[in-house]
Formats: sequence, C-alpha cells, structure tokens
Amino acid sequence: MSKRPEHQAPPEVFYNEDEARKYTQNSRIMDIQAQMTERCLELLLLPEDTPCLLLDIGCGSGLSGAVLEESGHMWIGMDISPAMLDVAKERETEGDLVLSDMGEGVPFRAGCFDGAVSVSALQWLFNADKKSHNPVKRLHQFFSTLYACLSRSARAVFQFYPENESQMDLVTSQAMKAGFYGGVVVDFPNSAKAKKFFLVLMTGGSAPLPQALGTEETDNSLQVKYAKREATRNIRGKPVKNTRAWIMEKKERRRKQGKDTKPDTKYTGRKRSGRF
Amino acid sequence: MKLITHNMLTSKCLKGVMTGYPLAINATDVKVKEVDFNPEFITRVIPKLDWEVLWVAANSIGHGEGLPKTLEPKFEEDEDLLKRVHKVLLEVEVEEGNLTCPESGRQFPISKGIPNMLLTEAEVQ
Ligand SMILES: C[S@@+](CC[C@H](N)C(=O)[O-])C[C@H]1O[C@@H](n2cnc3c(N)ncnc32)[C@H](O)[C@@H]1O
Repeated sequence: MSKRPEHQAPPEVFYNEDEARKYTQNSRIMDIQAQMTERCLELLLLPEDTPCLLLDIGCGSGLSGAVLEESGHMWIGMDISPAMLDVAKERETEGDLVLSDMGEGVPFRAGCFDGAVSVSALQWLFNADKKSHNPVKRLHQFFSTLYACLSRSARAVFQFYPENESQMDLVTSQAMKAGFYGGVVVDFPNSAKAKKFFLVLMTGGSAPLPQALGTEETDNSLQVKYAKREATRNIRGKPVKNTRAWIMEKKERRRKQGKDTKPDTKYTGRKRSGRF
Repeated sequence: MKLITHNMLTSKCLKGVMTGYPLAINATDVKVKEVDFNPEFITRVIPKLDWEVLWVAANSIGHGEGLPKTLEPKFEEDEDLLKRVHKVLLEVEVEEGNLTCPESGRQFPISKGIPNMLLTEAEVQ
C-alpha cells in the first residue's frame, strides 16, 4: 500500500483521535511543520512588523498556527478533521477554529484576510473521497472562494506534496483560472530529503516568483545545513519558541527582572526522552 | 468561536445562497478567556470589520456593554475603546450554540467552541 496518507482514507477518517494525538506529539513532525510554516510566512511577504489576520487552511492541531502566533499574527484556521481541531483546542492555540472542507469553498466574506497559509494539506484535494467528489471542481470551488476572501495584494502560500507533474499543472491552472498569479517554488530541488514544494499565489497583478532555496550550483548539502540553522530564528530575528536559544533569552530576561531562574545547563532546551 | 471569526464567517458556500451574511448567533454557553492586548492589531482590524454586525452579535450574547453603536472617526486614539473591542473580538468565545444562515435558515452547530460549517452533498455548489 502507498505510504501517502491521502491514499489510505478520507482526511476526517485518517486523522482520527489516535492519529491526531500521535501527529501532535511527534517532535520530528513538530519541527518540520514549524520550519515549513516559517518558509511559507517568508514567501507571504507581509508588511514588516505588522500584526496581520491570516487564514490557515488545513490548520490541523495548530502546529502551523503556533508559528504564525510566534510572529505576532492572529489566525483563523479551517480543517475537516474534528479530532485534529479538538487537539488544537486542548493545546489552547490563540487562533480560532472552524470545521470546514476546503473543497466545499472557503466560507469567509470578501477581503477579510491579509494572507493565507496552508502546510501539508493541499494534496488531499487531488483525491475523490466520495462518489460526488470531482477534484477539478473542488479545486475550482476552493481557489475561487479563497481569492474572494483575500484583501487586495494579499498572497496565499501552500507547502504541499504533489505526486507528479500533472498534479502541479492541475493545481496551478485551477489557481490561475480563479484569478491568481504565481506558481510553484521548489526549494532544494536536488536533495531528495530537503526538496519542498510551495505554491505561491498572488492577487495584485503579476510579480516575479520568489527565488527558491538551494538552487545554486554550489554544494547543495551546505545550503540545506544553512537553512536548518537559520530556522532556529524566525524572520524577525527572534528565536523560535521552545528552542534552546528562545529559552536562554527568556531566562536572561527573567534574571534581568530579578525573577527566580534556574541556572543554564547542557540540558536546557533539550528534548525529554519521551518515557518517564 | 470568537466574534472576530463570526464577523468574517458566511454561509455563502451553500448552494443557492448569495451572501449568507451575517449569521445569527444563538449561544447557550459563552466564556471569556484572557488574551494579550495588541492595540496595533485591533487598530488594523477595525476597518475590516462590519461594525454593526459586531455590535449586534456582541449584544445578542450579552457582551455588548460599552461598545458604541457607531464608530467615531478617531477610534485609534481611544485606548479604552480599543480594549473593549479587543475583549469582544478575541476574548469572548461562544462555546455551545448555533449559527443560522439569514437566507436559507440552515443551522450550523457550534460545539466545544468550534462552528461546524460542513455541508451535505446536496448543499454543495
Ligand atoms: C498533515 S496535516 C497538517 C496540519 C497543520 N497544517 C500542520 O502543519 O501541522 C494535514 C491537515 O489537512 C487537513 N485536511 C485534509 N483535507 C482537507 C480538506 N478538504 N479541508 C480542510 N482540511 C483538510 C487534515 O484534516 C489535516 O489536519
């Protein structure tokens, strides 16, 4: 059987209570989702130092949303899996949640979002999970309603896992039909592991697509390492929440405020080994 | 469901519905959870709001206190107002209840704070 989750069951079935919990507790998944969300934010090109209202499509348990919060934005998330949304609630995300199927359309009024991100969700739309599902129609309904709810010159950025060239063509052509400009940016195209696809959609007239990471002729593995190191700090140069750098800065602040603070050790900010 | 979401949410994805806005709120459980106050965000988001819809929604769930019916032009200088808007938009949450589409009468349940906007096959466009 294929390893792709979207080949196994409809999303609301695949992401059941068990899977939602496993997904959200896996530190490797948490790191990857956070890194990809950071990259989405970068590609969104929001006005600097401005708190925005963002839409998170397929927000799941709020791993992507946590990065949006860290960068000072407010978000509203939509997802088709009640179990994932329940976990997001438990985690007390700052974002607000709506149970909704993106293939049925984006249920928000015109112009309300400054941008939209979607991390690891779009590939689910290529599947027909019900007799009534027609992927082309669902993509069309999705992109046209998404276009409407974005403010002028806002962007939407999707990290997704296309299976082949034709899925990329389909998704791009449906987005263009809905009025978007843009295309797919492929980061680290020469690395099997680090290769990532980002669909970058723009509303306000055509602009050049952003430069992909890791495409220079230079040693690709170096680029990957570089990107990884960068990811412990977010775009505004603040360390990413829960990393060692973030904890150290927080502790330093507490010390300056004269608060009782544990000394730093080599264990500070290290992951616990799972079991007690 | 926070009222900022309510202010943006529609039932326009329903077949045959034009705008599906505003959705009427019927709340049976409302909570208030503290959220950090960010005056810049509130100032930026106010022009995007349908103020009247916010005013009606806040009053319909018993949290309209102190919210003016119309917005003064220099609202961004009134910190007191920004704080009240912050509370109503981000801190007040409808935990249980439902939303009603103004055109079709279709109801969408809100449970555990999450509105269920999923449609049936026959309702999809
Ligand atoms: C791999 S998870 C990613 C969740 C989150 N964005 C993150 O980065 O952790 C994919 C999510 O997409 C959601 N999803 C799949 N198909 C969807 C659809 N048609 N409408 C809304 N959400 C969908 C799933 O329920 C799941 O929560």
